Amino acid sequence: MMKSSSQTVQRTKIEVPVSGPRTFLRALGAVVWKDLAAEMRSRELLSAMLVFALLVILIFNFALELDAQTRATVTSGVLWVTFAFAGTLGLNRSMAMEKDRGCLDGLLLAPVDRSAIYFGKAIGNLIFMFIVEAIVLPVYSILYNTNLFNGGLLLVILLGSVGYVAVGTLLSSMAVQTRTRDVLLPILLFPVVIPVLIASVKGSMGFLQGIEMADIWPWLNLLIVYDVIFTAVAFMTFDYIVEE
Amino acid sequence: MQAKPRLLTVLDTVTAVLFVVATAMVFFYAPEEAVMGQVQRVFYFHVSAGWVGMLGFLVAAIAGIAFLRTGRRDWDIAGLAAVEIGMVFAFINIVTGSIWARPIWNTWWTWDPRLTTATIMELIYAAYLMLRSGIEDPDRRARFGAVYAIIGFLSVPLTFFSARLFRTIHPVVIGTNEPGAQGAFDMTPPMLQTFMFSLFTFSVFFADLLWHRVRLGKLADRVEQLKLKTMS
Repeated sequence: MMKSSSQTVQRTKIEVPVSGPRTFLRALGAVVWKDLAAEMRSRELLSAMLVFALLVILIFNFALELDAQTRATVTSGVLWVTFAFAGTLGLNRSMAMEKDRGCLDGLLLAPVDRSAIYFGKAIGNLIFMFIVEAIVLPVYSILYNTNLFNGGLLLVILLGSVGYVAVGTLLSSMAVQTRTRDVLLPILLFPVVIPVLIASVKGSMGFLQGIEMADIWPWLNLLIVYDVIFTAVAFMTFDYIVEE
Repeated sequence: MQAKPRLLTVLDTVTAVLFVVATAMVFFYAPEEAVMGQVQRVFYFHVSAGWVGMLGFLVAAIAGIAFLRTGRRDWDIAGLAAVEIGMVFAFINIVTGSIWARPIWNTWWTWDPRLTTATIMELIYAAYLMLRSGIEDPDRRARFGAVYAIIGFLSVPLTFFSARLFRTIHPVVIGTNEPGAQGAFDMTPPMLQTFMFSLFTFSVFFADLLWHRVRLGKLADRVEQLKLKTMS
């Protein structure tokens, strides 16, 4: 009697539908939470990204001699190069962690939609990217005595990071499965995200220099178009990347 | 071992004849351009090479989609073949463009949208080849290659638009020019005929090369299989 009831319990568990918006959101939340929890305990990814980002700014300080005049024109460029470099570091690490300890296989065995895994990883990466940006911006503001807290700039950073992470998550899951994985991600990623970087740099510069909105809109539109197209393509092709 | 198909031999001959005729047309039939002089003659093969480069990358993206849908190895071979051919022709396009730009723009290189896009395109497909060379498993190599060919091709127009929001000085020979383009000209009928003929010749050349390269890819596969058979 006991045995049969436990069997029915098991059966009902298995018959939980694997699709549907609620299970999808639950699976997605679980993947994001897993990444955040692992990070909160180890802090290896964020600390590496942050220290690296600050080092990049330091190097720029000497490479470009960031005096008041130069700063007005190159601030947005320096910021985006910093985010892009720190971003590759984070993307690589976040996927390598899954691969090294066999977590990816575990994730793939779970009876959830594969796209939930993709979006979960992408949102996790996006959160790490936002944290790094949220620390770099005030530090840069203090170090160079420029006010970077501008709603428009934050909007550009949001849109740019989404596009960067959407492609970056897909390509990093490709790069970790190759022989030359550590060097491959930037080589794969940078030529493809050039539109994001150009538009973000020009958009940020527009907001920082107080250029008219009519001249900034084309860049924002470009960022939105890029985000939509590449999130959709990554969502459609992720299955082929992780399938064995 | 399959013999070389008869039709391929015919296509080789046709391509060779067309190429000789196209070269003759460029040098003897098309008139000398009034302002730029002889160097303008590079235009016919410059645009044709660029066209074949784009065609190659388009074919690679289509082959990528077809591979992901069907999983047939032929599509993977075709995709790789198209990328290799596309890269060579896109490079010819850049080099001939530089030869023209030196006397006309007075510089070998400028960061014009078309030039920028052409460079980034070459880098994307160089990354494609590096990605493939880093993977041993042929099935995975094919899948990753297909996905990257699709993503890379989609990003090209966006790169072009983003670079175009800066002002351009590259002339647009077909269609309307932006104000400020340098080195623009109108084509006379013999020029247009030469141009169209060059485009046609290069397209046939592309088909011929693609066929050869796909055949080579299949033969390489066969050699690989035979090797495995004799070793086991």
